[in-house]
Amino acid sequence: MKKTIADFKVVSNTTLTERLFLMKLTPADGSVIAEAKPGQFVEVRVDGEPKVFLRRPISIHRIDRENNHLWLLVQKAGNGTNRLSELCAGDKLNIVYPLGNGYLLEGRRVLLVGGGVGIAPLLETGAVLKQMGSEVTYLLGARSAKDLVELDEYRKIGEVLVTTEDGSVIDGLDCQKGFVTNHTSFTSGRYDAVRVCGPGPMMKAVAKTVALWPEQKEKSHYCEVSLENKMACGLGVCLCCVEDTKDGHKCVCSDGPVFDINDLKW
Amino acid sequence: MANLKTTIAGIEFKNPVLTASGTFGYGVEFEDFIDLNRLGGFIVKGTTLHPRQGNAYPRLAETPSGMINAVGLQNKGVQYFIDHIYPRLKDYDTNVIVNLSGSCVEDYVTGAEMLNSLDKIPCIELNISCPNVKAGGMGFGTQPKLAEEVVSKVRKAYKKPLIVKLTPNVTSIADIARAVEAAGADSVSLINTVLAMAVNAETQRPVLSTVTGGMSGAAVKPIALRCVWQVYNAVQIPIVGLGGIMNATDAIEMMLCGARAIEVGTANFIDPTATVQIIDGINEYLDRHGCKDVSEIVGALKV
Repeated sequence: MKKTIADFKVVSNTTLTERLFLMKLTPADGSVIAEAKPGQFVEVRVDGEPKVFLRRPISIHRIDRENNHLWLLVQKAGNGTNRLSELCAGDKLNIVYPLGNGYLLEGRRVLLVGGGVGIAPLLETGAVLKQMGSEVTYLLGARSAKDLVELDEYRKIGEVLVTTEDGSVIDGLDCQKGFVTNHTSFTSGRYDAVRVCGPGPMMKAVAKTVALWPEQKEKSHYCEVSLENKMACGLGVCLCCVEDTKDGHKCVCSDGPVFDINDLKW
Repeated sequence: MANLKTTIAGIEFKNPVLTASGTFGYGVEFEDFIDLNRLGGFIVKGTTLHPRQGNAYPRLAETPSGMINAVGLQNKGVQYFIDHIYPRLKDYDTNVIVNLSGSCVEDYVTGAEMLNSLDKIPCIELNISCPNVKAGGMGFGTQPKLAEEVVSKVRKAYKKPLIVKLTPNVTSIADIARAVEAAGADSVSLINTVLAMAVNAETQRPVLSTVTGGMSGAAVKPIALRCVWQVYNAVQIPIVGLGGIMNATDAIEMMLCGARAIEVGTANFIDPTATVQIIDGINEYLDRHGCKDVSEIVGALKV
């Protein structure tokens, strides 16, 4: 997929929770957003914040082709993302994209497991899978019900199951207390593929459970996870974001961010 | 439009803009963004005789206007480069330069001998900033004697021009430059990264797996300018300047201090089109200042 560098214009920038915000962007020159695969990411240049030097990698949340909008769901995690949260409609930002490999899209019944801001790439992933005829189930984990955002968007695509650490619930959803791995629907025999994005400990817990399922043993790329190691270039040249895989050091930015759990030393 | 052609050690470069080793992969990673043939040349990632896994993650710390890396020369070795990478690079209409590193003199010499066979590689850049494992880990480039020894041995083994890349982490970079010039270097490139460190106050731990690393980016430019100026006043061989060049103005400053060509490094991470913008910017500057040839600004600093 051809990579490009382009200026985008902020269409809207909405605060969703204390930490999460949703940016909708469109190419500043009116061109059509480039082709990208679910699970790929963009590198955003952060202007106007002297403490920030490097671009910030942010996963593609959704590409709304009808309106030519690129959606980024971002968590405030430091100087760079804090600055991005302050941008207003009409502001410009420079983006290099699409980067990374993306999820392998296959399976009749696909489980998409997200935790925290890791739910971001799963919206586009689910949307494309649904278009391809897959039946999508979301399993989304959060500390508390109030941390779960954009549930209406996810519900348009498939069934949404939720776990919250504090046991808080959301009306109309199958909401259980605990971690995603504790949900009663997170069991063997239900899904043809599992795609995961979230905090490291959560992804490791999912991988550890799935590793015991017979379907995981039978099928390559049954369970894929998306990593977010610290990176500089996003192009596979600085070699900073490496993950120590069974096949040696791999760049999360160019060999990943999506990896088959079989390839990781987890 | 001024003449941008530059000659270093008999090698013609269509313009003075090269890329720094370790920041440009094998060039092909940038093909979506720029026409590689527009570059004066590109220097491929640091290559050692034997494959290296590099250091453990984390390898990166962001600093104000810069970054510190601890990659540790991860590469697949000289033979892999010859068999798998070189065939993909040999048809570019630009100078493709190999950056060679080693941890003992013998490895440098063997690596250089192997690279002799590559017709389309016009020269090598010798990275002498690495520790010499046989000399207690002391960097080759930190002592005039060690630098002289490795350069003179590689000089005998390698048939084509030799650019020696210098570290700024020394008491007198001019002394090192004089030593490598005496040992037969055709050119020097400087500066390599600046030894640095980052600490996480909350965890009370170092950010990098190796504790210390090499700093690059805009923040190191003043150090690079000082080094280039000192070396320009110490040696006769041409200088390739690098360190913190983010735009054409930075490149011009480096050339005014004495660099005949420049390398763009960390800027490639921020803007993959930085190199071609710098070429255009140098051209625009020369026109604006009524220069007919880029050589007119090399060392033209009015002191």
